[in-house]
Amino acid sequence: MTPLLARGHAHALLEQMLLVRLFEEKAAECYMAGSIRGFLHLAIGQEAVAVGALQAVGPEDRIVAAYREHAHALVRGMPPAAVMAEMFGKVTGCCRGRGGSMHLFDARRRFYGGTAIVAGGMPMAVGLALADRLQHAPHVTCCLFGDGAVAEGEFHESLNLAALWKLPVLFLCENNFYAMGTALERHQSMPRIHLKGMAYGIESAVVDGMDVLAVEAAARLAIEIVRSTSAPYLLEARTYRFRAHSMYDPELYRPKEEVTRWRKRDPLTTFPQQLQDWGLLDDAEWEAMRQRVHGVIEQAVAEAEAADEEPVESLLTGVYAEEEAACPN
Amino acid sequence: MPQLSYREAVRQALREAVASDDRVFLMGEDVGRYGGAYACSKGLLEEFGPDRIRDTPLSESCFVGAGIGAALAGMRPIVEIMTINFALLALDQIVNNAATLRHMSGGQMAVPLVIRTATGAGRQVAAQHSHSLEVWFAHVPGLKVLAPATPHDARWMLAAALADPDPVVIVEHALLYSREDEVAESADGFDAWRAAVRREGSDVSLITSGGSLGKCLAAAETLAADGIQAELVDLRCLRPLDSETILASVAKTHRAVIVDEGWQTYGLAAELAAVINERLFGELAAPVARVCTAEVPIPYAKQLEDAALPSVERIVAACR
Repeated sequence: MTPLLARGHAHALLEQMLLVRLFEEKAAECYMAGSIRGFLHLAIGQEAVAVGALQAVGPEDRIVAAYREHAHALVRGMPPAAVMAEMFGKVTGCCRGRGGSMHLFDARRRFYGGTAIVAGGMPMAVGLALADRLQHAPHVTCCLFGDGAVAEGEFHESLNLAALWKLPVLFLCENNFYAMGTALERHQSMPRIHLKGMAYGIESAVVDGMDVLAVEAAARLAIEIVRSTSAPYLLEARTYRFRAHSMYDPELYRPKEEVTRWRKRDPLTTFPQQLQDWGLLDDAEWEAMRQRVHGVIEQAVAEAEAADEEPVESLLTGVYAEEEAACPN
Repeated sequence: MPQLSYREAVRQALREAVASDDRVFLMGEDVGRYGGAYACSKGLLEEFGPDRIRDTPLSESCFVGAGIGAALAGMRPIVEIMTINFALLALDQIVNNAATLRHMSGGQMAVPLVIRTATGAGRQVAAQHSHSLEVWFAHVPGLKVLAPATPHDARWMLAAALADPDPVVIVEHALLYSREDEVAESADGFDAWRAAVRREGSDVSLITSGGSLGKCLAAAETLAADGIQAELVDLRCLRPLDSETILASVAKTHRAVIVDEGWQTYGLAAELAAVINERLFGELAAPVARVCTAEVPIPYAKQLEDAALPSVERIVAACR
């Protein structure tokens, strides 16, 4: 049965997922070539969560993400060239080379990082929502984090405070079943994450994070509830990363068969196939889309490569507002 | 000039801040209905209501982080942490977020957050309520740290901190709250970020901050009776450090004794000694001396606690 799905919207979802996938594949290549260093955490396999969920987040709403956040930044509309240049340490990088892969920020798009302390962004999300409440603004804050963050005290403190003060936060857990290398059932006594909302009186749901349409529907409903009730909501999206945790990870902690099994649910395979089955995508459109996105990525890399390095003379700027080192002497 | 207690000075500063700017609100443990652990916010809940004076759960990391988030979104939060010992539960938010966000975002984000907290020993409340950890925060680029030592400074430093576009930690020594002194009725000529010379002298520079100021004044009186004129420098701002005032004093006296209620090892006194040695090595008549707290968790029993802390006698002895 064909769902009620506009062709244009279906294409937009697919194109965004493809953008994220090709961007990250290219980033991995650049890493191997040495143009990107440090940590590079890829979300390949998890694209349906970012793309589905962020459809529900309006331009005035706010987003707080964690360290595996290329997808969220790109779907939010941050220019791929600015994100790539950031990872290259260039002057045109979105944070002028101060943040790198794990710390992408865009004030204009209300994108507040990029936090590498896994639950460290959650209290900030509570505060952003508090500010909106105090200023009588109708905005919602979407707070993205992984299953690893659920073990941090800040997860529990944040759910409690947001519920206690009735603050408009969508807590969106991207459960990829591994906190780096520690499987969910090895770090949670009760591994059904969405049920933890009950302890705080927070409405919650679980959704198939490999199905972009399911994620979008669940996120739209959740955001609608958050916006209309000014109360938080906990949405757990179950997904899987196909690549290693970071570029240093030999993946000794999970069986190859498990990865193979999840790869059969790759949203970049299943979704275009669905659209073709429903008559919403033909081969020419799919090929044209691939060419277009490929061009965007090549352009982003070319711009990042061509940009100047952030100069060493600027080292001490941006620590304080007055742009000079306040200490010592 | 009217006499005010330090507590009342803090309260007036808080009241003025909330009354004069819609973006300002106060949150922390028991700041509302209880009136503040040190009664600094007594009456403010009744005057401004629960949106502006917010009681929080005992979730230091979360409510400090919420202060950061609210600051990012244009508010001017004042977050009270009951003691600096509890602030350790919020170190992640203060050090990893508040201090880094402006730089890490390439200058896009600003965190105009004020954190107030009580510090210091002397009340027999033992090792988990008595430590002076302000240098932990003064160590971190991206933060500023103020230590009001007088009711006047307590009255006017808050407004300076709120006007600052970066995160500021204000540490208030718990023994000062009942101390009374003159407080000017306006902030004319007030500069929160510069050290103050509390007493002029020519023989030795006594350099201190916060809760140790009173002991240093008493020591200076004792020394004066013996003909030793101590100059007393109150740092007031621990970061950024006003090294100009410190160095001017030591260049005059050629001797420096640093008094700090923190521990000596890797502490405030170590940093000040280094600054003085780097700049005035050839002009010193004696090695820089340090009077700090004994290297021990602050004990409960009065005689033990007293023995651990800098005393007037130890300060006098270091100056002779």
